[in-house]
Amino acid sequence: MTMELFVFAVAAVVCLGGAIGVVASRNPVHAALSLVATLFGIAVLFIAEEANFLAAVQVIVYAGAIVVLFLFVIMFLGVDRAENLRVEPLTGQRLAAGILGIGVTALVIAALANTSFEATGVKSSVGELSDGSRPDISVLSEALFTRYVFAFEITSVLLVIAVVGAVLLARHVRKADEIVDAGQAERAEEVEERIAAAEAKASGRRPPAHTYASGEQMEASDDVSASGDEAEQRSRFEGAGGAEGLEPADKAKA
Amino acid sequence: MIAALEVTPAWYLVLGALIFGIGAVGLLIRRNPLVMFMCVELMLNAVTLTFVTFSRMLNDVGGQSIVVFVLVVAAAEVVVGLAIIVALLRKRPEATADDLALLEG
Repeated sequence: MTMELFVFAVAAVVCLGGAIGVVASRNPVHAALSLVATLFGIAVLFIAEEANFLAAVQVIVYAGAIVVLFLFVIMFLGVDRAENLRVEPLTGQRLAAGILGIGVTALVIAALANTSFEATGVKSSVGELSDGSRPDISVLSEALFTRYVFAFEITSVLLVIAVVGAVLLARHVRKADEIVDAGQAERAEEVEERIAAAEAKASGRRPPAHTYASGEQMEASDDVSASGDEAEQRSRFEGAGGAEGLEPADKAKA
Repeated sequence: MIAALEVTPAWYLVLGALIFGIGAVGLLIRRNPLVMFMCVELMLNAVTLTFVTFSRMLNDVGGQSIVVFVLVVAAAEVVVGLAIIVALLRKRPEATADDLALLEG
């Protein structure tokens, strides 16, 4: 068994397994990870075909950037729930899709077999890929920066347009009443506490000593208001002078 | 018998066709827009594999140059496509491909 056969067999199995995993996974995260397997297998095949630079770019751009972007979107949106694949919303859709897929594949293979799997084009019409002396990256870069330099520059415009489009599409314009800032909930609690203190004062009681107190004591009082009902809280406020007095009561309750 | 087998470029071409077919089937049967997008990536990769194989068969640098451009276009396409999906799924996290008209107007 030659080395190339072994490499091809392993990479082909990884590619096909990953491809089936993408299609058949119920969970989008598993589909994305299967996609990594396929992309990696194709990178291995690129190396087997002496396209070393493209193999590196494949791993960096696809597995490193595109799949991470997929996973980021999946987790950002929280859509990583498993779907139910047993339900077929359109009757006969899967059968039709399967027939079509087999048909497309058979058509491509038949077209290749028609020329007995030989390339019929002119050899080295753009330029020689390898003359045995230069690495592939050198040959490729020469073609990109001479013959294809205009297309290469246009891709930079494409990338800028893509960035602007992505920002424009993904931007979420909030309406004024939707805006919630970080401290809003805490401030609302504080206002409620002050109102409660003012009411207590109006009904003839002294406000609890720590109503306007520092952070530690505020936290202690938060614990109380979160844990107990109002009557219990009030009796504690009257009995205890401050946060120190509350701690035993909290422990006893716990 | 296995030792006599030699890997010809035809194998790579057939593998590319198979991956392309699997991706096409997935694009047709899956309804989650994210997974459909991954299937498009599968099809793109099958085609790049075919390009690299032809590039090697013809000893021509053109095939590999095309693959570089395909990679760039794929990256741009993924960025814009995922932005659309984010805008769509933010409105309705359960949205499927049928709900793509949600973003109208």
